[in-house]
Amino acid sequence: MRALAAQTAAELRLTLRRGEAVLLTIAIPVGLLAFFSTVKVLPLPAGVHRPVQFLAPGVLALAVMSTAMVSLGIATGFERQYGVLKRLGATPLGRPRLLAAKTVAVLAIELLQVAVLVGVALALGWSPGPGEAPAAGAVILATAGFAGIGLTMAGALRAEVTLAGANALYLILLLIGGVVFPLGSLPTALADVARALPAAALSDTLHAALGGGRGGAGAWVALACWAVGAPALAAVTFRWE
Amino acid sequence: MPVIEVEGLVVRYGDVVAVAGVDLTADAGQILTLLGPNGAGKTSTVETLEGYRRRAAGRVSVLGLDPAADHAALTRRVGVMLQKGGIYPGMGAGEAVRLFASYYDDPLDPTALLERVGLAGVARTPWRRLSGGEQQRLSLALALVGRPQVAFLDEPTAGVDVQGRQVIRTVVRELRDAGVCVVLTTHELEEAERLADRIVIVDRGRVVAAGSPAELLTAGGGRSIRFGAPAGIDVAALAGRLGAAVTEVSPGDYEVATEATPAAVAALTAWLAEHDLPLADLRAGRERLEDVFLRLTQRP
Repeated sequence: MRALAAQTAAELRLTLRRGEAVLLTIAIPVGLLAFFSTVKVLPLPAGVHRPVQFLAPGVLALAVMSTAMVSLGIATGFERQYGVLKRLGATPLGRPRLLAAKTVAVLAIELLQVAVLVGVALALGWSPGPGEAPAAGAVILATAGFAGIGLTMAGALRAEVTLAGANALYLILLLIGGVVFPLGSLPTALADVARALPAAALSDTLHAALGGGRGGAGAWVALACWAVGAPALAAVTFRWE
Repeated sequence: MPVIEVEGLVVRYGDVVAVAGVDLTADAGQILTLLGPNGAGKTSTVETLEGYRRRAAGRVSVLGLDPAADHAALTRRVGVMLQKGGIYPGMGAGEAVRLFASYYDDPLDPTALLERVGLAGVARTPWRRLSGGEQQRLSLALALVGRPQVAFLDEPTAGVDVQGRQVIRTVVRELRDAGVCVVLTTHELEEAERLADRIVIVDRGRVVAAGSPAELLTAGGGRSIRFGAPAGIDVAALAGRLGAAVTEVSPGDYEVATEATPAAVAALTAWLAEHDLPLADLRAGRERLEDVFLRLTQRP
């Protein structure tokens, strides 16, 4: 128990110490939320009149993606490259406790992100609907899916490739994930592809749960598939050194 | 009963055979040094003992356990220093020691351990800003923090300055004196000669010699005189005087095939004096470890 607590605290400290991780997980989502809520340049889905109503759930989805996929993937990739994972393999910590520590650290950072983003969104006039429970469920499923994608990259690619790849994926999913641009404003074929990806599936369910747009069973199915499939792929392909 | 027993170990990477049938044993309170050129199979052997590599053949036992099958049990009782890396680059030295201490039931005191490896002054410096020698000493500290019964140190002094080496050697001897079985690898002869209780010379995946430094130095070297003098002296004339074959092993390094009796040594020095030749060094009945090593690991 002491080892798990110490490892979790270390994971959290290391994450918060990396400036680029804080930029990616806190500053960029807050910046996007504040900027596009006050500067009315974005298309809005039908029936939504104030940008913050649409943006808040989307940016929460972005925040989850930044922590569970990008930050986790990049950090783990470098830990593998520097031999940290190999060295930990020779300690009594063990893989289950290492994975548990990383999971708790990711969830803790997400809680921090939610607290900050919800606070900013409320200050910008957001009035969320009563769907906290389904929203939390969607975030947990998406966290598993994104973490699976990040760890698949981290366990198979060189750290620099994971760094570039995860950031590129972040940008693409930011654009086609229903985060700032509604899926309805994308070309139909692209929107159909996007709906199968975890970012749009999460933003769809969050929009539905928190009352900014529509969602459906398809998004939940996509989230569940990613939540099972991506970690399974990571478990099979991960090379520890 | 030996702490480490290896019999007929074979390690393969695909078609490449890294270890081709190694036997060795090591006891508690002993420093066993695996010495060999780069690529000899030292790290593959040690990493099999640490549980990282699967063996293709052979029997391996550490503290009576199988490193692959009983890995979890073994991690509590062994300390590992990898050849490089192994530490979070952004983590401070003290932070790393405290974190690793948390993994074990009865760890050493982190502050005292940092002091012992000479890192108390850089306890707050992140790993990436430590010098190469400081990084190695931190890695050594992390191998010791769990009070291991066996310590595997892979090239512990590589890239370390003179003072750092001194600290590492002192700590390694302290471990040995406390009854720990220390297995270290090096490609540096001097390091092996200084530290080892027992040296195993490995080349191309095989053990080519094993013994205490003294045993290795006398083996096969008892019946000759080695001396240094200017290159190109008249070896035939000298051989005539001494009544024994004289060969110039390398320029300026000579070997006389005779017992190193006082009379033979006196005849040699007298002949050099007559020809006004300076004597650079003289070794009787003892090879240098370097000679043993080169003789055993020479490429055809």
